[in-house]
Amino acid sequence: MNVKDYLVNLPHTWCAGCGNGIILGAFIRAFKKSGIDKDKLVVVSGIGCSGRVTQYLNFDAVHTTHGRALAFATGIKLANPELKVVVMMGDGDALAIGGNHFIHSARRNIDLTVIIFNNSVYGMTGGQQSPTTQLNAKTATTPYGNLENPFNVVDLAIAAGATYVARCTTFHVKKLEKSIVEALLHKGFSVIEVITGCPTQQKVKPAELIKLQKNIKPIGVFKKEEKEEFVDKYLKLVKSVKTEKL
Amino acid sequence: MTRMELVQGNEAVVKAAINAGCRFYAGYPITPSSEIMHLMAKEMPRVGGVFIQMEDEITSIAAAIGASMAGKIAMTATSGPGFSLMQENIGYAAMAEIPVVIVDVMRVGPSTGIPTAPSQGDVMQARYGSHGDYPIIVLSPSDVLDSYVLTAKAFYLAEKYRTPVILLTDEIIGHMRESVNLPNIERVEKNMPILGEGRKLHYTGLANENGFAIYEPEKYERLIKRLFNKIECAKDVISYKIENPDAKTMIFAYGSPYRTAKAVLKIAKNVGIFKAETVFPFPERALKKASKDVEKIIVPEMNVGKIVNEVKRVVGDSCQVVSVTKLAQLVDPQAILKVIE
Ligand code: SF4
Repeated sequence: MNVKDYLVNLPHTWCAGCGNGIILGAFIRAFKKSGIDKDKLVVVSGIGCSGRVTQYLNFDAVHTTHGRALAFATGIKLANPELKVVVMMGDGDALAIGGNHFIHSARRNIDLTVIIFNNSVYGMTGGQQSPTTQLNAKTATTPYGNLENPFNVVDLAIAAGATYVARCTTFHVKKLEKSIVEALLHKGFSVIEVITGCPTQQKVKPAELIKLQKNIKPIGVFKKEEKEEFVDKYLKLVKSVKTEKL
Repeated sequence: MTRMELVQGNEAVVKAAINAGCRFYAGYPITPSSEIMHLMAKEMPRVGGVFIQMEDEITSIAAAIGASMAGKIAMTATSGPGFSLMQENIGYAAMAEIPVVIVDVMRVGPSTGIPTAPSQGDVMQARYGSHGDYPIIVLSPSDVLDSYVLTAKAFYLAEKYRTPVILLTDEIIGHMRESVNLPNIERVEKNMPILGEGRKLHYTGLANENGFAIYEPEKYERLIKRLFNKIECAKDVISYKIENPDAKTMIFAYGSPYRTAKAVLKIAKNVGIFKAETVFPFPERALKKASKDVEKIIVPEMNVGKIVNEVKRVVGDSCQVVSVTKLAQLVDPQAILKVIE
């Protein structure tokens, strides 16, 4: 399989050494393995470097507004439950401006597959602190070190009600691929946090970033639960109400 | 078949929406629009449509836009503060050319204001609320029947021109009950390719051609001009009604103050009304024509005087334009009669 068969609008604008392409490649291979009909797949993204994925993926692809990708995706999924809807967001996108939407989508356990490109920094806007920036880390907006505590994305997703939760990195590409397949086939709100690198804004060489990711712990699947999914529940409701005497 | 029934303004919006084919509602509770949401929660499942209560108004409109892309005729409803939160994605719908209907049951602002009192304070927000340059359609009913007819028109225009359409009602119209004979309305059809048909559609809020970003100023200008032309050159967007066209004094009214204008007409002689049902695009040509022999135009509004500036811009020095304003309550006929003398 050639990954390029599923891409359009190249060349991309990502920096050399950026992790985004690794995630995109893993996603395309995982999608192939999943057996999902390409005509029934919709990819939705927000704004930021990660948001650009929908400009390159040759599926139905919706590039939305900053932080709101999950809400658009919720509308798409409810409008046509046959669709497999995948949402790709950055850490700032998903957890700062979109944090509210993230927890509520998880709470609903709506059938969406969420891939969070977590490089713990705002890449596109110039390297500012994000909700996953490590304590004391220096960024454009924390020149003296970050005073805030980062989110633990896995804990957050589980607490909010996601029914499949995994963490992986762009070093562990095979594992990432496998996890995306699982998430795609999971019925319910599935979240994969992918620790990735932004060499440009983290000001670390790509090879060093990959080395750091090798040692990230813990990675793996942290939650996998069968639980009635939101859209299914809604469809059941429609069935029961429709048969009710008006 | 039609028959007389007692209907509330907010209820008329729901009835029209469902009859026009709306099958997706996403919203967040807010006074004085909540009845729309309550009824939608009840009715949508019954017609096989989708109702969802979202976590805020930002996501309500986002979900409606998403549903529209995926094939549903979709809407949301709110009031002032929620309307402000929706502005970001109203711009998105304008740029990505996605049909969606937004109902703003106006209340007194700014901020929390007086949540239970009527206002027309959002009229310029409806036109210019999102960032950047974009066209939009804003319709404004004056009674329950209007709420029904113009809601249906909102869906028709949204789908036909692939654009957000705003229906501006207010606390008075939303909560008022009137005995009406609701006409049949035609079901609106989806007029665009939808997600899930294997077309590899690309949507983006970036300036774009077929969903792919463009950066050249010339291309951008062409795009924005096309978006404006789409709405402004359309023949079926602008609707208005003129009463007593030969009168020397004309009341230019939209929304609830039209009711005041009607009351004035019963008392005063030689007074006409220009009732704007479409507020934006502003009915420029029609007003110019209608005001040719008019000496005075009175513009009653439930705000500090907003649309009056549009009227002034259009008629220029050709006649006198007088603003009559009332805040947090309906304009009194006496206030208009006073300036007629
Ligand atoms: S700024 Fe960072 S995240 Fe953005 S493309 Fe460059 S390396 Fe990737």
